Amino acid sequence: MATIRTEPVTINLGPQHPSTHGVFRLRVTFDGEEIVDLEPVFGYLHRGTEKLAESRNYVQIVTLTDRMDYVASMSNNLAYVRTVEKLSDIKVPERAQYIRVISVELQRIASHLMATGFLLNDLGALATPLVYCFRERERILDLFEMLCGARITLSYMRPGGVFQDTPEEFWDSLNILISDFPNYLDELESLITTNEIVLARTIGVGLLSDAQAIDSGVTGPILRASSVKWDLRKANPYEIYDRVNFDIPIGSSGDTYDRYYVRLQEMRESIKIISQCIEQIEPGPVRTETPFFIRPPIGETYSSVEGPKGELGFYMVSDGGISPYRCKVRAPSFINLTPLRDMITGWKMGDLIIILGSIDIVLGEVDR
Amino acid sequence: MYGLGLFKGLGITMKNLVSPSRQFNIVQYPNRRASPFDLAKLDNQNPVSFIATHPLKTFRSLLGLETITDRMPQHPNFRGEEFVWYDSRCTGCASCAKYCPLGIIEIVTGTSGVNQQEGQSYDIEVFDIDIGRCMFCGLCVEACPYDALHMGSGFEEGKYRRSDLIINVDQLKSAEKKPSTWFRPQLTNRGHDPIKGSTADWEEVGRHEKPSLEDQNEKWAKR
Amino acid sequence: MTPTPALFISFKSLQENFVTLIELIGFGESFGWLATLLAGISISFLIINVMVMATAFYTWFERRMIARFQVRRGPNRNGPFGMLQPFADVLKLIMKEDTIPDEADKPVFTLAPIALLAPTLMIMIVIPFGTFVNEEAYLSNLNIGILFIVGVTSVNSIAIFMAGWGSRNKYAILGSMRGAAMLISYEIPMALGITSVLILSGSLAMTEIVRSQSVWFILVMPMGFFVFMAAATAEMSRTPFDQIEAESELGSGYNTEYSGIKFAVLFLAEFMAPIVTAAVVTTLFLGGSHGFDFLPGGIWFALKMFIVIFGLLWLRSTWPRLRIDQIMGFAWKTLFGLGLFNIFLVAVEFTLADQFGEVVRTKGPEGGITATSLTTEYMLIMAAVNWIITIAVILIMANVVGRKKYTRPEPTPSPLANMGLGEN
Repeated sequence: MATIRTEPVTINLGPQHPSTHGVFRLRVTFDGEEIVDLEPVFGYLHRGTEKLAESRNYVQIVTLTDRMDYVASMSNNLAYVRTVEKLSDIKVPERAQYIRVISVELQRIASHLMATGFLLNDLGALATPLVYCFRERERILDLFEMLCGARITLSYMRPGGVFQDTPEEFWDSLNILISDFPNYLDELESLITTNEIVLARTIGVGLLSDAQAIDSGVTGPILRASSVKWDLRKANPYEIYDRVNFDIPIGSSGDTYDRYYVRLQEMRESIKIISQCIEQIEPGPVRTETPFFIRPPIGETYSSVEGPKGELGFYMVSDGGISPYRCKVRAPSFINLTPLRDMITGWKMGDLIIILGSIDIVLGEVDR
Repeated sequence: MYGLGLFKGLGITMKNLVSPSRQFNIVQYPNRRASPFDLAKLDNQNPVSFIATHPLKTFRSLLGLETITDRMPQHPNFRGEEFVWYDSRCTGCASCAKYCPLGIIEIVTGTSGVNQQEGQSYDIEVFDIDIGRCMFCGLCVEACPYDALHMGSGFEEGKYRRSDLIINVDQLKSAEKKPSTWFRPQLTNRGHDPIKGSTADWEEVGRHEKPSLEDQNEKWAKR
Repeated sequence: MTPTPALFISFKSLQENFVTLIELIGFGESFGWLATLLAGISISFLIINVMVMATAFYTWFERRMIARFQVRRGPNRNGPFGMLQPFADVLKLIMKEDTIPDEADKPVFTLAPIALLAPTLMIMIVIPFGTFVNEEAYLSNLNIGILFIVGVTSVNSIAIFMAGWGSRNKYAILGSMRGAAMLISYEIPMALGITSVLILSGSLAMTEIVRSQSVWFILVMPMGFFVFMAAATAEMSRTPFDQIEAESELGSGYNTEYSGIKFAVLFLAEFMAPIVTAAVVTTLFLGGSHGFDFLPGGIWFALKMFIVIFGLLWLRSTWPRLRIDQIMGFAWKTLFGLGLFNIFLVAVEFTLADQFGEVVRTKGPEGGITATSLTTEYMLIMAAVNWIITIAVILIMANVVGRKKYTRPEPTPSPLANMGLGEN
């Protein structure tokens, strides 16, 4: 039986699209409904962060790093500030370290809520789980407003600690949030995790094996969903992560469902970390006074933290002046896009959007 | 048990529909429909007397035609989109302009003697802040050694022309001063609330005590 | 209560009234066709107006209810409680420019919205609304009511294909191809669901179907209700089957190139479908206008329609959507099988009833329509048996498929980790 001669067609999933998480362009080649080839094109949000950093001084760059991964500002701030401290040997007081860890874990919850909400929005659930997730994220953003006056672009950390101590009402609100949040996560789970339509669409879709993941250099929840137990908070403990107990959730097969489920479990672990930090924190100074024009000694260093999207690292070269000579960012979203082609070819058009959504990229980080 | 997960999801949605703790806590900005009880509270009367004295308003509000303003509660620490400047404390040192990552503060001081302050202050002729390009990071507030510049607390700064977004020295002097407590712990210690609090005469606004020069020298020398 | 010459109710009474009017004016007997024409025009005017207003308010209701499910308010600025929002929408759409792509197929492009709207309106002709003022309010009592409905809804697939083809746009054609394939495949389960109703009612006329429901058919054959409901939801392209208008994938499907009035008509047709489907489901499965006597039958009909519409909204706001090949698999494998099984079950029970003499055969009031119905006690027994069988079958199927596809092994840490940096 002779079949009809068909031709693969190349379509542009253009930069303006409701569900590519930003200005991200994909040139996809379809053979019928199946995807044959894929070519991502990005750079539409490039703002020259690394070059701008060479003309600002070390405290002003904190405001630049906020805007790279604009969904998780605290982690960006932390990664940058740790690099400067490592370069110039500044010691950070204990209370500042505890406050930093609490902020970063809260930010991790907020970022994962946003990722889960948007994954379900891409699945087509008419924004209902998205609105539920954002309702909880609003409470976290209110906490950040108490801390530092802004909600998304925070600039809370400075080399030497955090710049201001926490107000009194912060701790009460934080306790209320910690006691409410596991119930809310149970509610979200019963809406999504056992829903057969979600299972039918995400199980077995977009597989990434562990060897492939390690070879491509992905980090973060994607790596953990491919059953590789690697987390910088346990492998290279920084700040006070060696004093708190938490687990690292891993997935079993590296498909989209695993990536979603790993994020959900990570939110629970973050709550555990925060409650332990609240018990362990002591009063004290929160900032080592450093001059505005810090001049680190000549040298270079690299330091990284485990952000919500993966390993976020800064490589800084200093020439003794008030601005860095070179500030290179290891952006996790950019590197996590490496296995995109292998993950998507062979699947159908409806799966493309979901797999892209489960990688959870933020274009501010991909393009910087 | 497969097959029941779908119904659990339906149950969660229904629970959100009927649970009063979620449905009645919705804040609608800028204004929402007012019930007669809200109007009575606004007028500081009890509901019965309000309904008796304002029948037309009650009828309109039952039809859904009366509104009252509604805002989310804002923390005093909120870094708003305005600036609060106390010109009697400003010396024209331009530290704020130096700290600004974007370079949008323009300060020109002169010797004409028109704007001379008492003491060792410069004579400030031009003090422009361009809030069209400002990112409200607050580094300028952190910079000011005399606590003359504070962040404001409002956020409704929309204008019709881009040139209207540059605030100059007269606007800064005459604006309503509601300083946020961001980076000003002396305001926090006084319990100042810029939203509800009054903008009283702030000649006596306290100082954010930075470490003394000896302490600073000691700390930096240790590195 | 004697039937007064009411404004609406049925074509026949309108025709008689117009004949009386014409004779009053002074035209003769040969102008009978004028009476028919006028009666037809007034009926169409009535249907179009009522349905368009109902759809407008349904859009308002849907936006408010979905917003409430999402813990927010819907539109509440235009008019009290936002009730003027549909009018604001229509006003905006009318004032937009009516673009036609340069190389589009103009007749096809322009006719597609009309081809989508007309069948949906035509379904309302055969629906028995129950009693308002007079007996038996319906617009026309066709002998072949249900067949008419099935035939008319098939035009929807042509209209969607026309919309996609006329746009001459890659994404629109992709969307409309998927849509046409999906709509055609879901007509079979719909027909199977209807067939099981027909076995019990014995006649295709909608009024007879309502009359034979001494026990509501949703209780008697829940599997048939499930099959019909799923098929009707897919025919309307609502979640979870709304892949063809999936906004989060390639553009907006078949209505990408439409703007202005044509888009308003497409939008109207899309939102009229749930109302019409609810009316059909109420007639077939929920007992039409039967109910307790303290409210007239028409009010019961409206209440039941409201419940079905609310159920559709609830589903829309909760569940994600299925992929197109899963939708087709669902139609051809699951619903087809369940539909056939349901027909078999009902047929077996009907034959047993015939053996035991529980079947009642009546002659309809118009003569020539013979309806069958089972006695109430037998239908209750059927209901009990069928519910147990349905729940058992669905759970067994779900678990068998689920165990095969969706069980996940326990996660074990991969041996490739631990790259020599100490213990994790």
